[in-house]
Amino acid sequence: MAEIVLRDVRKSYGKNEVVHGVNLDIATGEFIVILGPSGCGKSTLLRMVAGLETITAGEIEIGGKVVNQMEPRERGCAMVFQNYALYPHMTVAENIGYSLKIAGVSKAKRRARVEEVAGPLGLSEFLDRKPGQLSGGQRQRVAMGRAMIREPRVFLYDEPLSNLDARLRVAMRVEIRKLHQRLGTTTLFVTHDQVEAMTLADRIVVMNKGVVEQVGAPSEIYNRPQSTYVAGFIGSPGLNMVSGTVDPAAGVVRLTDGQELAYDRERWPVVTPGPITAGFRAENVELSNVGLKGSFDFAEELGSARLVHGTVGDQMVVAHVDGQLHFEPGDPIQFKIDPSEVHLFDAASGRRLAGERSPMPARNEAARGLVKA
Amino acid sequence: MVERNPILDTFTHALLIISLIALLIPFWIVFVAASHDFHTVNQVPMPLWPGSHFFENISTAWVQGNFSRVMLNSMIVAVGVTGGKILIASLSAFSIVYFNYRLRTLMFWLIFITLMLPLEVRIVPTYAVAADVLRPYREILNLFGLSIGLPEWNMLNSYSGLILPLIATATGTFLYRQFFLTVPDELTEAAKMDGSGPIRFFLEVLLPLSKTNMAALATIMFVWSWNQYLWPLLIITDQAHYATATMQLQKVVPGPVFGDPPIWNIAMASNLIVLTPPVLVTILLQRWFVRGLISTDK
Amino acid sequence: MEKRATFSNLWLAAAFIAPQMLLIFTFFYWPTGEALYWAVSLEAPFGGSNEWVGWLNFQTVFSDPKYWDSVRVSLLFALSSTALSLGIAVLLALFVDRRLAGHQVYKFTFFLPYALAAPAVGLAFRFIFSPDAGFVSAVNRIWPGLWNPAFNGNDAFIMIVLAQAWMMVGYNFIFFLAALQSIPRTVSEAGAMDGAGVLRRMWDIQLPLITPTLFFLIVINITDSFVNSFGIVDITTGGGPARATEVMVYKIYFDGFRGKDYSLAAAQSIVLMLLIIALTFIQFRFIERRVHYS
Ligand SMILES: Nc1ncnc2c1ncn2[C@@H]1O[C@H](COP(=O)(O)OP(=O)(O)OP(=O)(O)O)[C@@H](O)[C@H]1O
Ligand SMILES: [Mg+2]
Repeated sequence: MAEIVLRDVRKSYGKNEVVHGVNLDIATGEFIVILGPSGCGKSTLLRMVAGLETITAGEIEIGGKVVNQMEPRERGCAMVFQNYALYPHMTVAENIGYSLKIAGVSKAKRRARVEEVAGPLGLSEFLDRKPGQLSGGQRQRVAMGRAMIREPRVFLYDEPLSNLDARLRVAMRVEIRKLHQRLGTTTLFVTHDQVEAMTLADRIVVMNKGVVEQVGAPSEIYNRPQSTYVAGFIGSPGLNMVSGTVDPAAGVVRLTDGQELAYDRERWPVVTPGPITAGFRAENVELSNVGLKGSFDFAEELGSARLVHGTVGDQMVVAHVDGQLHFEPGDPIQFKIDPSEVHLFDAASGRRLAGERSPMPARNEAARGLVKA
Repeated sequence: MVERNPILDTFTHALLIISLIALLIPFWIVFVAASHDFHTVNQVPMPLWPGSHFFENISTAWVQGNFSRVMLNSMIVAVGVTGGKILIASLSAFSIVYFNYRLRTLMFWLIFITLMLPLEVRIVPTYAVAADVLRPYREILNLFGLSIGLPEWNMLNSYSGLILPLIATATGTFLYRQFFLTVPDELTEAAKMDGSGPIRFFLEVLLPLSKTNMAALATIMFVWSWNQYLWPLLIITDQAHYATATMQLQKVVPGPVFGDPPIWNIAMASNLIVLTPPVLVTILLQRWFVRGLISTDK
Repeated sequence: MEKRATFSNLWLAAAFIAPQMLLIFTFFYWPTGEALYWAVSLEAPFGGSNEWVGWLNFQTVFSDPKYWDSVRVSLLFALSSTALSLGIAVLLALFVDRRLAGHQVYKFTFFLPYALAAPAVGLAFRFIFSPDAGFVSAVNRIWPGLWNPAFNGNDAFIMIVLAQAWMMVGYNFIFFLAALQSIPRTVSEAGAMDGAGVLRRMWDIQLPLITPTLFFLIVINITDSFVNSFGIVDITTGGGPARATEVMVYKIYFDGFRGKDYSLAAAQSIVLMLLIIALTFIQFRFIERRVHYS
């Protein structure tokens, strides 16, 4: 059952439209991450669900009811803000228990519930402190406690981890995931950090400039980016992308300098000849004495491996290489690219080419290859 | 935020609009009263719509109150106080913030304390000093047994008497100090590397950077000094030459007891003349005025 | 706070600070010290040697019931005008901060009265509230003799309180609004998510968070009421009727400059200064420390 439904949701500030018609169905208990660069409208979308922004056009439904005209408190959502937004003049216990106080819960019951929530968050000893006397991580937990105590039907998080240092961020990520496993509450989580998105999400919503580019499970987003935008945004480094002209008869993409890049014709049986963008992951590129001829630019050391940056014609290519290498800038090298891992995108629109056979993850295709052999 | 509160929204609008009217109505009444003839203005209830005698009343009030002269005096005082304040405040703040000497904390506190006591609560002794400005120094010299004859310098009935005591507070110094403290050290270091000395740095870096502060301070100080009343009233006895605009208000009021029929239309016309410059300044420079209010805390 | 990069030319430092120091020495510290001296001595201030009399002047002042009347009037004036204008200003600021349509208009009109000189306000209010002309006199048509600040001390007192409150509302409003706007928007939003309505959020979240501003304004308003009261009182009531509006500054002026009794005036000035210093001290020491959020 869909817990949250967004139908052509739009938001304008004055004449300036910043969210251009978002459609989304979120199942009960799902953990959805909204991922996108700064300013793409993620927060705006989340805040429309929360009731903190009015909805300019379209409809939002929560638990089967259209909530457009409902006030935040009626929607059953709880939110964790990026800067935590704790009440500075209240103690931790008062912060966490404030919603119960408003609901008219008695003082004794409130205290009991607060302690119940604070325990697992490790806040029991801080209950009588003010937020000003807490560390960043502790504040973050208070904000989570304040959201949890309401037992909401939906959790909303707006970049809750971005003010923490790297180690704490990883630790809190794990806790948020655990919390979700324990409570099973439908969750909307906004971030611009793709690692956070990949590790937390059941499904990721990739946004760009107020438009949803793709919705899918993390592996699907990674393995089948639906647009050059998603392809470039997801993964580190993003998908290599080169432009050229496709020749379906030969099963190759002819690059601007005339070299040919083979793709899997069984995967893309129907392709109209013409300009195209081809993409491939750095992991699927090997340095070899066959393949695209190019030159070495520089290498990035990753410890266990290296990212080799080179140029083919006038286009940049990155390869993920395990072995040691000894190249000088300008040295000729060759990039061998696995044809079954080449993605094709329309050159004009940037969308993934339609008519792709077997929308299975790449690993399965490799397995099929083995069976054939 | 999505909030459905039609009743509260109506209440909000009603409250704000009524308050706005209540706050502005005195201005309107002053204006209306200034536009009627003597007979009409004394009617009960008074007319709430302006009459046709506005310019006539203003020009009568102008001549009666000697406003050509006193407006000029007020302007001289306001400009003098504002300019002097900015000059002295920026210099002393620069000294306190940008030079490292042992007495500077003491200096800071000496200046800071003056924020506490406005001129009005210490008028009696200040008046005595103004009557003979060098007396403190003469007495100090006497204390050390030196009898150097310092001349008498009487500031009563003079522009300097109107201006200097008003400059002797910490308002601007404090504002400048706060601002200088926010200027990054790197800027000073860069200027030093470029070979610029303190005076160059002050003139070419700090002053241009503090333009907005200066505008805010100037607006506030102008209005504040224009509105001074008690001090000019005390030290100016030569009213023909040195009276300021606000002092003229005392003359249009009928004696301390409500007795003979007051000439309200002329009184209100005079009031309008006196209040126009500060009101105009605050309206035209409202951005600076508000900013100055908040950052000077007087 | 200290600067890391400073200049070392001490002569220059001294030259820059000298004008300010000369001014505050001549017009602040010397007169204040002299007021202390006069307060404990007798005889005219100009020439002639003063005679040490210790607490005598203070005793004279304190044993005069008229002085205590002026203290009572001043404090009552300070407290009621401060309470009135702060109350109205905080209400206005809270509702303007709701940012309904047109809220920008208020921001730049409410403070206009603050631009006026105290005597100008006094003159306007004297006309508006005069018993036989002006705006309020109409009530005397309906209930003859109901309102007469010329003869009724309470009416006169109400009139000067209103004048002072009217002047200060806009000033207080600006500070309250700035304080409200410095509360992060998300804190109010968190309140809304927690189920608090508009009025509840004002009470539980916004008001507690602007208490530091409130205490700061209380001190400023009280000090200001001592200062402004002269201009207002001098023009509206001249301290009357029957000393009902004789505030401390007005009495000092009267005793010192009309009565030429500088010693008495100085003793009164000292009391007033101590009062203001005590207020400022309370503000800094206790209140600011207790209600400070980081
Ligand atoms: N109150 C507002 N008025 C006008 N424009 C706004 C307002 N709030 C947001 N915007 C605009 O809407 C767009 C989306 O803003 P939003 O806060 O949703 O971005 P975001 O994706 O959350 O970015 P970030 O990662 O930086 O938080 C931005 O271009 C922003 O400038
Ligand atoms: Mg955001």
